[in-house]
Amino acid sequence: MLMNLFKFKGGVKPPTNKTQSVGLPIAKAPLPSRLVVPLHQSIGGTPRPVVQAGDKVLKGQLIGEADGWISAAVHAPTSGTVVDVAMHVQPHPSGLDAMCVVIEPDGRDEWIAREPVDYATLTQEEVRERLQQAGVVGLGGAVFPTHGKLTASKTVPMDELIINGAECEPFITCDDLLMRERADEVVQGIAIFRDLLRPKKVLIGIEDNKPEAAEAMRTAVKAAGEDFAVVQVPTLYPAGGAKQLIRVLTGKEVPAAKRSTDLGVQCFNVATAYTAWRAIAHGEPVVSRLVTVTGNVGEPRNYEVLIGTPMNEVLALAQPKADTDGIVMGGPMMGFLVPDMTVPVVKATNCLIAHSEQLFPPKAPEMPCIRCGSCAQACPHELQPFEMYWFARAKNFGKTQEYHIFDCIECGCCSFVCPSRIPLVQYFRFAKSEIWARERDKNAADGAKTRFEFKQEREAREKAEKAEKLAKAAAAQAAKKAAEAAAVAAAETASPTAEAAVAPAPAAETPAVATAPAIDADKATKMATIQAAMERAKAQREAAQPKNTEVQAPAIQLEIAEIDARRQAAGVETAAPANDQKTE
Amino acid sequence: MMFAPAPFLLKDTSVSRVMTQVCLALVPGIAAYAWLVGPAILVQIVIATLTALFAEALVLKLRDKPLAMFLGDGSAIVTAWLIALTFPPLAPWWLVVTATAFAIIFAKHIYGGLGQNPFNPAMVAFAVGIVSFPALMSQWPQVGLQMPLSEQIGVIFGLVPRVDALSGATPLDALKTALKLGEGSFGVAQLLANQDIYGNFAGRGWEWVSVGYLLGGLWMWQRKLITWHVPAAFVGAMTVLAGSLWLYDPAQFASPLFHIFSGGSLLGAFFIATDPVSGCTTPRGKLIFGAGAGLLAYIIRVFGGYPDGIAFAVLLMNLSAPVIDLLTQPAIFGMKDKS
Repeated sequence: MLMNLFKFKGGVKPPTNKTQSVGLPIAKAPLPSRLVVPLHQSIGGTPRPVVQAGDKVLKGQLIGEADGWISAAVHAPTSGTVVDVAMHVQPHPSGLDAMCVVIEPDGRDEWIAREPVDYATLTQEEVRERLQQAGVVGLGGAVFPTHGKLTASKTVPMDELIINGAECEPFITCDDLLMRERADEVVQGIAIFRDLLRPKKVLIGIEDNKPEAAEAMRTAVKAAGEDFAVVQVPTLYPAGGAKQLIRVLTGKEVPAAKRSTDLGVQCFNVATAYTAWRAIAHGEPVVSRLVTVTGNVGEPRNYEVLIGTPMNEVLALAQPKADTDGIVMGGPMMGFLVPDMTVPVVKATNCLIAHSEQLFPPKAPEMPCIRCGSCAQACPHELQPFEMYWFARAKNFGKTQEYHIFDCIECGCCSFVCPSRIPLVQYFRFAKSEIWARERDKNAADGAKTRFEFKQEREAREKAEKAEKLAKAAAAQAAKKAAEAAAVAAAETASPTAEAAVAPAPAAETPAVATAPAIDADKATKMATIQAAMERAKAQREAAQPKNTEVQAPAIQLEIAEIDARRQAAGVETAAPANDQKTE
Repeated sequence: MMFAPAPFLLKDTSVSRVMTQVCLALVPGIAAYAWLVGPAILVQIVIATLTALFAEALVLKLRDKPLAMFLGDGSAIVTAWLIALTFPPLAPWWLVVTATAFAIIFAKHIYGGLGQNPFNPAMVAFAVGIVSFPALMSQWPQVGLQMPLSEQIGVIFGLVPRVDALSGATPLDALKTALKLGEGSFGVAQLLANQDIYGNFAGRGWEWVSVGYLLGGLWMWQRKLITWHVPAAFVGAMTVLAGSLWLYDPAQFASPLFHIFSGGSLLGAFFIATDPVSGCTTPRGKLIFGAGAGLLAYIIRVFGGYPDGIAFAVLLMNLSAPVIDLLTQPAIFGMKDKS
């Protein structure tokens, strides 16, 4: 069908290198010797392990329980024995370890009892819950728990549901092959999403370098009797970025600060739709995924690989060449060299590229930026990468934020075109992580400050209370003594009891306060200083804040001044009878 | 474990390739210059290039920078060629050497070298030349150099006395002087009718050199080395200003066509004002920069005391570039005001 497509600015056209891996159909990777299944495979909470070493597990059995709503369950990819629940190195550029369930397969690959359901009989909430329990996450690479994206906005009507089959990264063909071979089930999965979100239309975006996939999807849509539109979009990296595809298909631009549902759009990857269908209609949780194995290998191909399979075992299937010196997970634009060849395949692993210096020659040394602006022209988010680079380099992170560094999707277009060979994306990642670290530090410092201030206040209050108590006790004692003295006096002179009893009392009070808590004198001065300091601080705080009393009408201010003057005058007059208490 | 950050695929490009392409784009203009005015320009280009490379190497050594990497980037060569093309073709060798060395050492490296200079080094060289040696910088051949190459080289190196006949002016300067001397007795049209000096539309010979620059510039635009903004704004603004004054009084002001194809207009519009390091980078900023340079160049060359105004126009706009960029930041994806 013909429809009006929109363009996004920027983008680049790297050599696609896709034909190598589409020649052969999808193959099933054999059972590996050992599976290391990381518990944290999606955005959100880390699932809690529900198995321990020695447990027998079946394929599809829950091993990690979702922690909170934004989290997805993790399952045993095959039947076997749990040999360990321990920290293992992760397929992440940091090379850090994380908690994994290690399973030794028993070779039988025996499923748990699967419960296929007709989702039409379920409530929407039940469908979402099932998806969460089945560990369905975004397989385009972001691994956001899918059920969390399947609630339509209450205020904004859902206009378009976008299904992402663009697959714009060079080398990767797993979505292409999925659509070619399993289009029917992808379409069924899309129907689930459609029924949950009730959009006005469903658009399936596929880059125009995959005509076979588009054709297969069209046929499947027709066979299912659906009205989904299969749209071929121009091949231009990063057309498969969710925001770029949304822009191309709908003309809407989703800024970093907003969710796409705020604009009435939601976007899912084709593989996510496929796994959603398998989870609901077949009761199969996500225990495997399609992985393109390509690059410096003899036989590039797509494999269905169990989650947790060591990457070197997957790579071995495609016969890597002798000079292979590493594995890139993901595409050549946004992927990364894994820290160890044995790290496991995870839900985010869409592609493994055997790395060699011949395939990806080492970069020329970094030259100074000549402000040529190529990066700005290539940036699909219309940022000014060279400006962000200056400020990131100067560690002026506030400025990088003014230039919208958090709108950067790290697609790598800027680095791709830079004639000075500046690794721009790395500078931006550095700046972003520094900003996050500083934010954390600041929050921690703020917390500590609040706690310290609270403690100080409490201590001061306790001191004051103690001093007050002591003073009261001393006063009571003095009063008692005075009363005794008065009683003696009363015994001597019977008549003016009342005046005599009252008159010496205040006289006696002064020395009593001064002498009795003599030990507290130091404390008292300290306390007074603290009190004064606190008063000053309070006054400063108040001065800093606008108050409506400051803008009193001059007439009222005059009146206040008059009252003050009168008071003072009265104080001077009454000062003569030595009645100090009144001026307090 | 090795570390290499994404992207692993890179476009086949480099700074030296960019600079080489700029040099290539200058070739049509240089060819026309050498053919119609005189091969002396080639000698000047050689002098300037050697000086620039030597000065660059010297400073890189002093600054303890990798020599091969920066000498090979070609930026000094572009500066040298632009200096040679903006100086009179028979300027004495020491003038070209001094100005080029000044451009590389002071205008470029004192500020930090490649990518750091706030001013266009070639234009700084021109400014230094015309302020320090106004007479020598104003001696332009009017009708092509009617002398053998050996004599041209002789003049450049001071072996042959500078003949008075050589001490002409550019058609642009000649027109200005003639209008002043004539005090209204001749109109522009009458003066321009003298095709020996003024050629078909903008100075004999020079007009075709300008056409060469235009072709090279369009090629750079087609190769995406430059965007259309600066040249279009430069030529557009100059056309509007020159056109308005020409329509107001055609006897006093030459046509826009004459101004666009005279002096350094097209060299400036395509090769000098488009320098990314010292110019603006945002699309709107580039339009302002180009238009500002075009307007100032016209004002300086028509109402000022210098034979041409490109150099000072560009330097003045270089000064304003950071502020212009700051104020013209484009809206980013998803943050465009829809109202």
